[in-house]
Amino acid sequence: MGSVLEDVAGKRGIEKQIVLPWSRALQMTRENIFVRLGRSAITASGIFLGIAFLAAVLFGASAARLQAAIDFERLGLEHEAGELQARIIWLAAMSLVVATVGIVNSMLMSVTERYKEIGTMKCLGALDSFIVRLFLLEAGLLGILGSALGALVGAGITMLFFVGRVGGWAGILEAWVTTAVEIGGTGIPLWLCIIFSVMLGGILSILAALYPAWRAAKMAPAAALRSEF
Amino acid sequence: MSVYEYIVRTKDLSKFYVLGGTEVRALDDVALDIRRGEYVSIMGPSGSGKSTLFNMIGGLDKPTKGTVFIDEVDMAQLTASELAFLRCRKIGYIFQTFNLIPVMTALENVTLPMVFAGLTTDDALDKGMQLLKTVGLGERYDHKPTELSGGQQQRVAIARAFANDPAIILADEPTGNLDLRTGKEIITLLKQMNEEKKVTVISATHDLKMIDVSDRVVWIRDGKIERIEERKDIELQVGQMEYEEE
Repeated sequence: MGSVLEDVAGKRGIEKQIVLPWSRALQMTRENIFVRLGRSAITASGIFLGIAFLAAVLFGASAARLQAAIDFERLGLEHEAGELQARIIWLAAMSLVVATVGIVNSMLMSVTERYKEIGTMKCLGALDSFIVRLFLLEAGLLGILGSALGALVGAGITMLFFVGRVGGWAGILEAWVTTAVEIGGTGIPLWLCIIFSVMLGGILSILAALYPAWRAAKMAPAAALRSEF
Repeated sequence: MSVYEYIVRTKDLSKFYVLGGTEVRALDDVALDIRRGEYVSIMGPSGSGKSTLFNMIGGLDKPTKGTVFIDEVDMAQLTASELAFLRCRKIGYIFQTFNLIPVMTALENVTLPMVFAGLTTDDALDKGMQLLKTVGLGERYDHKPTELSGGQQQRVAIARAFANDPAIILADEPTGNLDLRTGKEIITLLKQMNEEKKVTVISATHDLKMIDVSDRVVWIRDGKIERIEERKDIELQVGQMEYEEE
């Protein structure tokens, strides 16, 4: 039998000899999310609420714009409406910051719960980067799911309110789908708004998970194994 | 010169912790040579430092001073990824609390180190099933750890430890959470793997049943080696251990 370390000592590119394929990482992440559905829901709910609020604010502005158009048509009334107010954007931004901090907290909890698992994975040969990848993937997936739902719910509720107030669907839905939000005179269609919200939610979640994932990966395996949860 | 080939050597190995302002010497200048292919039990009461020694040999923790050589390579000189490589392919770990990944099935647990080692899915599944059959759990490959008994979980953990054909198996109190009979079964299994696969087994334990199968027993107390017994010395004493039988 040759030396245990003969291939360690000499060769370069050891990293390439230890791998975690993306497909397997994704599968592990999916299992993690479903097995710990409660915690996953808490992580996702933060970004869900933040994005729902953002969507409600954006769609609320276009609702006001539509209202103004309708008022003008019916009553000849003209009033200034439909511009996104700086204060409201500020409010939406703050709510996203709060949501992000919530995710940091919830991911830190999640890392703590899994200390032992992380230690075990390291004993099996996982590189630090695998651990980071698993946590970021998890946060990203939860962020995308949460914000997709949030965008739909936020937009949906605003629409329902508006339709209820105006008392009919005629022409409104169509106007909304083509020009969900108006920024500086340019109409942005609904699908683009939803994609933007989902991407924003996903990116914020991944940013929020950076620190917890790094902390998880840097832990010495012995320390990780000692902890009892 | 010795006729033995040593796979693990420790030199002046020490680990100090500071607890409440006082220094605790968990390991104090331990020099231990482990022969290739032998079954070594590191015995001692809890708090004697055997788990610390286990962590040092396994590269899971850094010594305060001293060195661990695996095949004459100083472990402290290895980079993080070389260390990961070592853990992945050359050392198999077995723990008191089994430490299976709870969200994965038995087969997924066993194949995880093979995934890290770059085996294709098919090869990993074949080998994983083979290992599960070897430890007598071929039928239960699809069960999650929570659906398995302690003994079964430890069998899965043993199969996982052998995933990448390691040269060394490190076991930390492998029978500590098992009843007498299951503990014996696990010890027999470890001994069988030791003989069949010519793998070096290093087991930290205070389970006297382990003495039966050990080639050497290292007694540790207060972070120091108290004495090392060879197989031939031990056999004289085994008669006295019969009270351990059910």
